[in-house]
Parts: sequence; structure tokens; C-alpha cells
Amino acid sequence: MALPGAEEGHYALALACVLALAQGVLPLWGAARRRRTLLELAPALCFAQLAALLLSFACLVISAVRDDFSVENVAANSALSKPLLYKITGVWGNHEGSILLWCLILAICGGAVAWFGRGLPLVLKARVLAILGAVSTGFQLFCLLTSDPFARVWPAPADGQGMNPLLQDPGLAFHPPVLYTGYVGFAVPFAFAVAALIEGRVDAAWGRWVRPWAVTAWCFLTLGIAMGSWWSYYVLGWGGYWFWDPVENASLIPWLTGTALVHSAIVVEKRDALRIWTVLLAIATFSFSLSGTFLVRSGILNSVHAFANDPARGLFILLLLALVIGGSLLLFAWRAPSLVSGGIFAPLSREGGLVLNNILLCALCAVVVTGTMYPPFMQILTGRTLSVGKPFFDATTIPLALPLMAAMAAGVLLPWKRGQMRPLLRRLRPAAALAFLGLIGGLATCTGIIPALCAAFAIWVIAGSVTDLALRLGLGRGHGMLKQRLPHLPRAVWGSAIAHIGAGVTVLGLTGMSQAQHRIVELGIGQSVHQGALDWTLTAIRQEKGPNYRATLADLTVSRNGREIAIMHPSRRDFTAQHQVTTDVAIRTNLLRDLYAALGESHGEGKAARHVLRLHVNPLAPWIWLGGVIMALGGALSLSDRRHRFGAPRKPGGQGAGRIARSPSGTADGTGRDPEGVAS
Amino acid sequence: MSTPSHDRPADRNPAREGPATNAGPDGGRRTATRRMTRKSRRLWLTLTCLICFSAATALVLNAFSSSIVFFMAPSQILARPPVPDRVIRLGGMVVAGSLRRTVEDNVPVNVFDVTDGQAAVTVRFSGILPDLFREGQSVVALGTFRPGHPFAATEVLAKHDETYMPREVAEALKRSGKWDPRFGKPPSAGSWDSMTRNEAREMTGRSAQ
Repeated sequence: MALPGAEEGHYALALACVLALAQGVLPLWGAARRRRTLLELAPALCFAQLAALLLSFACLVISAVRDDFSVENVAANSALSKPLLYKITGVWGNHEGSILLWCLILAICGGAVAWFGRGLPLVLKARVLAILGAVSTGFQLFCLLTSDPFARVWPAPADGQGMNPLLQDPGLAFHPPVLYTGYVGFAVPFAFAVAALIEGRVDAAWGRWVRPWAVTAWCFLTLGIAMGSWWSYYVLGWGGYWFWDPVENASLIPWLTGTALVHSAIVVEKRDALRIWTVLLAIATFSFSLSGTFLVRSGILNSVHAFANDPARGLFILLLLALVIGGSLLLFAWRAPSLVSGGIFAPLSREGGLVLNNILLCALCAVVVTGTMYPPFMQILTGRTLSVGKPFFDATTIPLALPLMAAMAAGVLLPWKRGQMRPLLRRLRPAAALAFLGLIGGLATCTGIIPALCAAFAIWVIAGSVTDLALRLGLGRGHGMLKQRLPHLPRAVWGSAIAHIGAGVTVLGLTGMSQAQHRIVELGIGQSVHQGALDWTLTAIRQEKGPNYRATLADLTVSRNGREIAIMHPSRRDFTAQHQVTTDVAIRTNLLRDLYAALGESHGEGKAARHVLRLHVNPLAPWIWLGGVIMALGGALSLSDRRHRFGAPRKPGGQGAGRIARSPSGTADGTGRDPEGVAS
Repeated sequence: MSTPSHDRPADRNPAREGPATNAGPDGGRRTATRRMTRKSRRLWLTLTCLICFSAATALVLNAFSSSIVFFMAPSQILARPPVPDRVIRLGGMVVAGSLRRTVEDNVPVNVFDVTDGQAAVTVRFSGILPDLFREGQSVVALGTFRPGHPFAATEVLAKHDETYMPREVAEALKRSGKWDPRFGKPPSAGSWDSMTRNEAREMTGRSAQ
């Protein structure tokens, strides 16, 4: 049996587009016309669209694996000599393939809503799926009309042009799918927000339904950002982990609003307040995700000026963004005033802390957006080219991040509704003591007051979260208390405490990294240099051959006081197909500091040859990404909480309705969403 | 939930507050003291928002005035030298055959010329040049410039592939009138050098007359 190829894939993509259109139109029509059959069609259409897209994506992977160079995308990005893993992952390493992956993930999200949301009210579910379908239609049209991954090239070349060697890395291979899942995952809260606006109702139940989706997307986005940062640390060989360039900022901006969304959804769920704000955050987060992926990643910001590679593509994407973002914001402006709002609250309470968290996160987001958008804006307005970099972002984000961290520890120790200053201060005492010790330690080891402050606040956050856990477990109040409480502590509590600890760990890593030392040296074989209290000796240079490159390896011996502690092998790889050289960094970590060595060029011949080396000692560097993983784990743990399972309370009259009945508006009762009302 | 009200932390639209404050079953039973706390609570929210966002604005403006980096082409930097110690981005094509390497105190030093087709500036950079650095290709250098001295680069960027040119370099080349992206690919490295030399010859010739 012949495997399906590019034509089948192209057909499946077109089919998926039509199905998505049907998914976007029919359920909305059904909801307006109260046709139950059309509402019930939504999940089926969603699964069908997902199946078609899966087939389409599989066809592209098959074309790439079978080296079908008559497909332009494969010819431009693959080569016979490329290892199999990168033939597969290379499918999404380029513009066309990554758009197809984007559409596929969106369809998977829709499928997940259809599958896990079986307890959702029929109308709400149909509307959510319809909005996801409408967004899918737009982007699948974009894929089909302007960036067709299945376009043919004639005559077919004998070999492809190969992939950028920098991208041939296992870390980067899986970074885009994870990051895209994060970006696209926020489409679900967005769809819920738009559906709620259409319905004209936001309540605690809505908050409970949205939260797991927001947390899932947030986990993936956190992991994706951490992976990307780790990749640039160990692949680019510059010893940096974050360069504040527009592509990186494009992922940070939705992360900031997404973090705010995850927190404000808690307030909607628990206190039935902040509802309009949460809807706006859900819209904003997905809008930032969209603009991030498409404006920056597809090079449209560049192509607007000198490199208009395809003006149709840019126009299409701008129209699409205007439609999705502008449309949802218009709907928001029109419908939001009619949403009845919930309670107000005391400043000194859990919800007060969460509001402060939201304000500060949004201020941070505004600062990052300004720094990212100002240079291209000024270029359009004045024609002067300028850029803002690390100094700008350091000067603006750190002063806003410090109060955010200060609020983090206090917020988790506050009770809902009304807190009091005195018990709060008493609870914060251990954290304050530890943070003070951290400040002293920071001042002793770091240069400058800001790193010391950052370290102190990071410890403050971690200690605050641990205090919270200890108080809830009744630590120090006898073994019986612990035994009684440990099994009953909700996983969501563990999850949020762990996520906060992760944030503290990341900040500690960033602080440590700000104290990194580096030096560039040129050494002959047998020579050594003293750097960071260590002796680095270049013992040998060797040549090796890889699958599609030639490598130059250095043997670098690191010793402290004459005792050898590591042998490192930094290397350079020469990819013959692309005439490109990449640096393969050697990293030796003991989790408290990284030894980091990169090999540069070599000059001279034979015994006189000298080799350029870049040597770094990076304290606490691995904590940056470790913290990201801990944060994502915390999010995953809170997802596994029984109370936050996807979907809704199974029985409309059960516990869920009991909680909502307390809401003052009186409209938010679970039974109001009964599908039976629609069918009649 | 006995104190219903509007729910946005940043409510800058007083028109929307009317229905929100009146909503709720206990709207009529509120005492004067209760209303005071409600007012003060809203005041607290507004103030926090105001403080946070004005702090953010102040930070941004302050950072803009000190840390914006302007891009300049070699001809611009020679015509109007920037303030010494002000960090700028210098971009253009690396003149073929201009790269010289030396070692000072175990540290490699690279010296090369950057041109935009009108003028060339010598750049001095101690460190590892990026993998994609090539003579005859585009480059962006970050650093400071004092007239009469080479451009002291702290960072050299050439992270794009062979067919791609940083936008700012392309703009500078376009402005210098040497190349327009609408008319195809940039000229080859060799022709850049000859352009620079011809230009220099013309300039010297003109001054000699």
C-alpha cells in the first residue's frame, strides 16, 4: 500500500478548513436559532477537523521522512544526509510547517474541549467550539492560500538544501511544539471569554471551567520559554540565556498576562469578583499570543520594510489579526457593561493580594510591550533606527518585579475576604528573617545592591510559600495534626506553593547569573589560564567526523589548586552542506554553578597553533530553568486537583450550584444553563 | 458576598460604576459607614493602579533617555560623530580583506573595516567573532566611537544566515543609494569594496582639484 503523500495532505488540509468553517458557523447559528441538533454537531465537527489535520500533518512528515524533494518545503529545509530525528522535527522548523503545526495544535485544543468538556452546558460548549472553529478557519485559510506547506517544485532537485545547523538540536526540536501549545492553549480561555460575552453571563462556574485551560496553557508556555532560554544558553555559545529580542519578548508578554489570568480566574471562581477583568485578560492573552507568533516569527515586522518577501502574506495576517483581536475587543466593549459585576473586597485579603499581583503583572507587561514596540514604531514615524536592549529592560522590569515578589509571599499567607495586619506580620516573621539573611549573604557575595535585593526577595517568596504549606499542615502542632491534615490538603494548594517556589528559584538563578564571570583567551596546546579561582588548561585539539559535519574538539582540563575537577570538550562543527560553522558548548554543572566553555577559531599551524576559548563561571545558572520546570510542575499538580478537573460539575443541582447560589446577581445559577431550555 | 460592586482593578470609566454599585440584594440596606469603607476600598484600588502605572511610566521614560541605542551607518558616524561613551550600533558590510587578528595579553583582538558603500569605519573588537561573521557580509557592532580612534565594539552580531541582512543595514545601504532591495539581491562583496574605493578616489580627487 502506498503511503499518503503531499497531495493527500493538501486535500486533507482543505477538508479540515471546510470542516472548521462548518464548526465555526453551524453551532453559533444553532445557538441563536435554538436548534439542538446543530449544537450537538459541534463536537463531531471538531473531531472530524482534528482527524483531517492529523492526516495532513502526517502526510507532511511522511514527505519529509521519505525525502520527497518535489515538495518545495522539504527541498528547502531537508537533505538526504540529515538524521531522521531532524527530518521529522524539521517539519516545524520553518514557516509553512510551523503554521500547519499551529493549526494542528489549535484543533487538538478544540478536540480536548469537546472531549473533556462533556459536563459543560450544551450551549456554552457549542459556542466555545464554534469560536475555536472560526479561529481555525482563518489560520487554515492563511496556511492554504499564502503559505502552502505542500507546494510542489518542478523539476524536483536531487537533494535538499538542508536545515540551519543551529536548529539541529534535540532541545530545539521539541521547543516549538511545547511553546506553540502554550500560545495556542490560550485560545481556549479566549473562546470561553468570547462565548461568555455572547451569552452575556460570567459567573463563578465560568471561572471554574476556564481555569484548568488557562493553567494548562500557562504550564506549556512556561516550559516552552524555559526550553527556548536553555537552548540559547547552550547552543548559541554566547553565555547568555535571554537577549530581550522581539521573538523572546513575544513569548514573555503573553506569559505575563497569562500569569495574571491564572490568578484572576481564582478570584472569579472563589469570590465571584474580577469577572469583567478576567474576560479582558483572557482576550488580551490570546491576542498577544497571536501577534507574538505571527507578527514576529513570520518576519512580518521585518518584511514591512526592506524584505517584503510576500506582501500578500503580511496583508493576510494583519487582516486576520485585526479580525480576531479587533472583533473580540469590540464585542467586549459592547457586552462587558451589561455583565453584572461581583463583590468588592478589602485591600488586606487574599483577593486584594491577587489584584495587586494582576496590576503589577500588567504594568510589567506594559513595560515589555513598550520596549518591544517602541523601536519599530519610531522607525515608521521618524525613520531613525534605534533599539532598546538589556539596560532598558533591566532598569524597568526589576523595580516592578521586586514589589511583585514582595506581594507574592504576603498574598499566600492572607485569608480570603478580610485579613488583619498583625497575624499576617506574625506569619511573615520567619520569611522576613530568612530574607534578611539572604540580603546579608547577597551583599557579601554579589557586586551591587540590586542583585542582593533580588536574592533576598526570592528567598522571601520561597520562605513565604513554605510557611503557607507549614501552617496549612499544622507543622509544629504535633504529629497527629500533620497526620490528619496531610492527606486532605488539596493538590491545588501544593501546586500553587510549588509554582511560587519555582518562581523564587528562577529569580535566584537570574541573580546568580548576573554575577557570572567570563573571559576570552587565546591559548596554545599545553597553556593554561586562571579564571574564577580555577585553572583551565588546553591539553589537546582533535578532529572528529559526525553524520553531516566535521568537528574540532578541544580537551580542556579544569583544576582547582592542582586537583583536577573536570575535563571539558568544547567543539566547533563545520556543516559542509551549508558552509556553516556552529559552536558546541561544553557545560559542566554541579547545580550550584556552571563551568561553560566555548571553542572559537584557531590560528596558526602545527605547534604554534593557538585556539580562542571563551570561559565562563556561571553561579546558579541551572536554577533559571529548574525554576521554570518547578513552576510548570506546580501548575500540573494543581490541574490534577479533583476540584479542577476539566469540565463542569456533573450534576447541575449539586455542589456547584450550591456555591453559585450565594452570588449576589442571582442570575448565576447552574440550572440556567440547562440545555433543555434550548431544545424546547 | 455582602458588598457587591464593580470588579475591575483599573476602573477608569466612572460611567460604568452606576449600575454596578446599585446591583445586589443588599443595595438598600447599606449603612453610611459601610459606604465609607466601600468608597475607601475603591479609592485604594484606584490609587494602587495609579501608583503602579505611573511608576511604570516613569521607569520607561527614564530608561528611554539613558539606554536607547541608535543605529548609524559608517558615513553617518563619520559625518556626525556621536557623544563619546554613548553606545551606538554600527552596521554595514565587512570590507573583504580588512580583517586583522592579534593577541594582546592572551586575549584575541579583531580589527576590521565596515562600509556602507560611501565610507568605511575601522572596528576593534576583542573577543570571539560570531560563527556567521564573514568578510563581505553584513554585520552589526555595538560599542562607542571617538573620532580619530577605531570604533570600540563590545559586541558583534552576525547571527543571520548568508542570504539575510539585518534590516537596519539594508536600510542604511538603501539610503546611501548603493542598493535598493526592490532591484534584487545585494551586490557581491567585491563590488562593495570597489564602490568604497571609487568613492574614496572621487573624494580625494575632488579635494585635490
